[in-house]
Formats: sequence, structure tokens, C-alpha cells
Amino acid sequence: MMTELPDFLPVLPEFLLICAALGLLMAGAFLREGKAASDVIGLWAVLFMTVSGLLVVSGSGVQITTFNGMFITDHFSVFMKILILVSVSVTLMMSLPWLQYERISRFEFPILVLFATVGMLMMVSANDLMAMYLGLELQSLSLYVIAAYHRDSSRATEAGMKYFVLGSLASGLLLFGASFVYGFTGQTGFDGLAKSFAGVDRASMGAIIGAVFIVFGLAFKLSAVPFHMWTPDVYEGAPAPVTAFFALAPKIAAMALLVRVLTGPFMAMAEQWQQIVMILAMASMILGAFAALNQTNIKRLMAYSSIGHVGYALIGLSVGNMIGVLGLLVYLAIYLVMNLGVFAIILSMRQKGRLTEGIEDLSGLAKTQPLIAASLAALMFSMAGIPPLAGFFSKLYVFIAAIESQMYVLAIVGVLTSVVSAFYYIRIIKIMYFDEPVATFDQPLSRSVALTLAASSIVVLCFFLYPPPLLMQAEEATAALFPG
Amino acid sequence: MHSIMFYVFAIIAIFGSIIVITARNPVHSVLFLVLVFCNVAGLFLLLGAEFLAMILVIVYAGAVAVLFLFVIMMLNINIVPFREGFLSYLPIGGLIGMILFAELVMVAAGWVFAPNMPAGNLLATTTHGIPNTEALGQVLYTRYIYQFQTAGIALLVAMIGAILLTLRSRSGVRRQSVARQLVRTKANSLELKKVPTRGGV
Repeated sequence: MMTELPDFLPVLPEFLLICAALGLLMAGAFLREGKAASDVIGLWAVLFMTVSGLLVVSGSGVQITTFNGMFITDHFSVFMKILILVSVSVTLMMSLPWLQYERISRFEFPILVLFATVGMLMMVSANDLMAMYLGLELQSLSLYVIAAYHRDSSRATEAGMKYFVLGSLASGLLLFGASFVYGFTGQTGFDGLAKSFAGVDRASMGAIIGAVFIVFGLAFKLSAVPFHMWTPDVYEGAPAPVTAFFALAPKIAAMALLVRVLTGPFMAMAEQWQQIVMILAMASMILGAFAALNQTNIKRLMAYSSIGHVGYALIGLSVGNMIGVLGLLVYLAIYLVMNLGVFAIILSMRQKGRLTEGIEDLSGLAKTQPLIAASLAALMFSMAGIPPLAGFFSKLYVFIAAIESQMYVLAIVGVLTSVVSAFYYIRIIKIMYFDEPVATFDQPLSRSVALTLAASSIVVLCFFLYPPPLLMQAEEATAALFPG
Repeated sequence: MHSIMFYVFAIIAIFGSIIVITARNPVHSVLFLVLVFCNVAGLFLLLGAEFLAMILVIVYAGAVAVLFLFVIMMLNINIVPFREGFLSYLPIGGLIGMILFAELVMVAAGWVFAPNMPAGNLLATTTHGIPNTEALGQVLYTRYIYQFQTAGIALLVAMIGAILLTLRSRSGVRRQSVARQLVRTKANSLELKKVPTRGGV
């Protein structure tokens, strides 16, 4: 029996990354030349990700499916993949010198990051329940290992273990849901599922339960409340570069998958899932705002802050229409830029060769290192949503979407919690500007960290001058999800 | 005959699984787990899914259970503290279990398949009139190549992870190097010295 070869062009970016990871793995295993080897492999990994990003962009945005409808590329996937590749390569660039300095750099790190990236790209392009699960599992498996990467630290090992156990539970929930959906519809492909739900005024109970479980499984990966328990511990326990990595790309990928699943196959049962996503959004915003209030560790603070941000982004999804998803995409892009900047600073928090993570360690930074303090202040104001910084616009778009669909409760909770969260963001600025200086960061910052910090503060400061490029891309991406 | 076999397999499987969680000795638990696997494999055979049945025996009973046994014997788990807190967790655990059970009953009561689902979909084993091992073989590397390869990469990641997290290159360990042993000759490893009589060494 002859079968046609599947169209390979759409999967070229992923294929390139897999080949690169395999090649670099071989290189790392055989060319063991001292400590520098991991740096070289890391740089090659970044290079391959850049090439892969170019391939993603050059693939235009026309909707193509391949591998019997398992894999889809469209404007939405292009947008999300670029966000993921940018976040991964920038965090990897910033991590390499950090790991080198801490003497825990090993060549497997960039390789696992590469595999995780492939998993994320597959999640973004999944067009089938099986492809979705496999992409998710490839990503999670790499992340479990990366979380426990610093194996001599008991906290990192604990973080990895926690993440592994809870993550497997979430994967189990997701699979359980997927099996329900398959059992009640006989379909695994997203197109087929959409067809089988369309035109029925009430989907069967089993399929709804399946959809709910899938949403829960993905909400875990997003760390939306009440599936957030692992986040603070993992963020605090893992080494700082790993935290930076966790806070960005996996969230973007999980969000992309959630958006695709809910607006694609399960769009017909929007009434059912909108309530769930709404509750997730509200709970995340509230917990993200209140639990962060008395944190003293900056990584833990960022964990709660990321929970809150996921909540705001989910507002866009719970609205469930084009404006909402547009808001979500803009939110994610700006969240990415802000977080890269903040983590650049967290990665450079090192005083007299010793790592520091306390918020108090930032005391009086404005007097000793005014430039770093100023950019962190800009980033924090932006996270708090103070106009005219980028963070304000990202919140503005999701709130507008909520108000236009008469979901006033969501918008009100959102505004109130952002007022509460403004307290802890601005407290950092107060500590930097009005407290007595304790010590200064070791100079100089590594070049990649300094560049990232500069770039992200400039984008955050100047976004309001010229937002159209991002908006246009996001609009195109959204249009791909809502044809007609 | 068919239904007798079903009840035999099912009853043994249920009893086996109860013993798995109640047995005092973890080694016994694992052995009963193997029994459960074998009976479930029998159930699969009755359903006409011979491939699943064989995989279950080979992978679960053959590999996974044996691995469990190794781990349990190596860890030397103490039985008494293992069971501590069982009673104190029983009320809340039981409550959650009851709620889940009630929910499952409610789902089962409202059991409706999606209306436009093709009828033959659930009985994949009989659609082509070929054994399901062959049917799997026909699609595994063609229709489902994407999933197959992705699963392979995920396994590779698991392997890299296991090595990364456990392999330590310890210093001061003497290792056997076969090549070095073989290239040794009498000339470069043995030295004959003439010791003068009464001279000492």
C-alpha cells in the first residue's frame, strides 16, 4: 500500500529544531571540551531558533494543514510561534552567562530547552487531540527536567518533583477529557470535532465533561487559579534562568493551545466554557493581587504576578469573540516584553558574587545604579498598568473587550485587582528610590542581559507612540481563528 | 462461554486490584498487580483487541511490574509508617470519592453520543476484517507518523533527562579500560631485575 508523503513545508521550523537538537546532542556528548562547550552549544541553539523563526515568518500565513490534518499553520500560529521563539532565545541568551558564572552550566540545558521549544511549537500548531497531547507532553517532559536541573540544590529538586507530580496529574486530566471527547463524538481532529458540535443545539453531556477536563489540564499549565499551587514553589526553587524561561514561553504556548481549542472545536459550546474561563480569570486576578502583597522574595513575587497576568489575559478569552482574543494576543506580547526586562534584572541580582533574591536587596538602587533602577521602575509601572506605558494598553484592550460584551463584573474585578497589585509593584519602586542603599549589583551586567533590559524598557516606554505593528499582526492572527 | 470467561477475568481482576491496595507487603502488592494485568489482558482478548492484550502483558506485566519490584526491594520500604494516616484521611478521601462516583452516575444517566457520529467509529477492530495488529501496522507509520515520531522524541527527552539528573562523573573511581589492558605488552609492563646475592633490593 503506497501512501503519499505528507507536505513537509509547514513543519519545516519544527523539523529544523529537532534536527538541530539531535545534532547538538551528539556534539555535546562527543566533543566534551571543557566548560566552554555548553556555551557554544547554547549559542548554536539560539542561532537555530533564529533560523526557525525566519522560516516561520517566511511561511506566510495562509492556512495549511498537513499530516492528515494533525498539524496546522495559519496567521495565529505564526504570531504565537514568533512570541515563543523570541522569548526562548532571549532567555537562553541571558541564561548562558548566568549558568556559567554559577558553575552549573551543562550542555544538556540548551538542548532540553530546544526540545521544549519544539513541543511548544507543536502545541501552537496542533489540530488534533493526539497532536495536542503529544506536543504538550514533549514540552512538559523537558520542563520537568529543566526545573530540577540544578540537582545539587535541594530546593530545585523539590521544585522539579512538585512540578512533575502535579504536571502528570494535569496531563492525566487532559487525557481523560480527550478520551471523553473522543468517546462521545468519535473524532479527534479539531475540524471534525467542530463539525460534529456545530448545528447541534446542545452538545452531549460527556463531550462537555471532556471539554471541561481539557480546559483544566491546560489551566494547570497556565497556572490559572485554582491550578496554580505549583507556581510559587517552582519559581522560587528553580534557578533564576529557569524561572525566567518558565514564566514566558510555556505560558504563551499553553494559552495559544487553549485559545485554539476553545475557539475552534469547542466554539459551539461557548456558553459552557465561557463561565469556566470567567471563573478562572477572576480567581487568578484576585489571588495574583492579594497573595503577592507580602512576598519578600522577588521570584515568588513574580510567580504571583504571573498568575495575575494570566487572569487578565483570560478575560480576553472568556469574552469569546474577536475583540477579546485580539486583546489576549496583545496582552501576551506586552507581557512577554515586560517580563523579559524584569527577569534581566533578576538575573543580574548578584552582590559581591553572591546571588540575592530578596526585594529588600533592591534598596536604594536608584542612588547606586540609577539607570537599572530607572528601567526597573518603568517596567514595574508598566506591570501595574500606569498609562502611557505598554502595560496600560494591554489591560485596556482586554477590559474594553469585556465591557463591549457586557461582562462588567470581569472588568470591574480586573480594575480593582490591578489597583491592589499596583501596590506591590510600586512598593518595589519605593524601595529602590526611598530606602537606604544596602549594596550594589556586581558590575558589569553581562552584555545580553543589558541589551535585553534596554530593549524591553524602550519598548515599554515607547509603545504608545506607535502601536500599529503589533496590533496589525494580532488582528491578522485573530482573523485566522474567526473566519468569516 | 464468552460471558463466563468475562466474569472469571473480571472478578479475578477486581479481587486482585483490591489486594493490591490492601496487602501489607508491597512486594505482594506488585505480584497481585501482575495478576490484574494478566486478567485485564484476558478481557482485551475477549474484546478482540489482541494487540493491546499482548502489549499489556509484555510492557506492563513484563517490564513495568518488574521495575516496580526492583525499586521496592531496593528502597526497602518500611511497612508500618507507610500506612500511617490512612484512617485520618479516610473521611475526606471517602467524601471526594463519593462525590466523584455520584457525578459519574449522573453522566452515565445522561449518556448520549454526539448525534452525527458515524456508527462504525467505536468498533474499529471489525471495520476492515483484518486483525488489529495488522490494522495498526498499516496506519502507524503512515497516517499517524506525526504522532509516532513525536512520541519517539518525547522518549528521547525522557532518556536525556534521566541521564542529566542522575549521571555524576565521580573522580577517583578506577575503571576497567579493555583497550588499555589489551595493548599492554610484556615489554612495557614487566621489568626483570637481577638482584645481587646478599645485596638486598
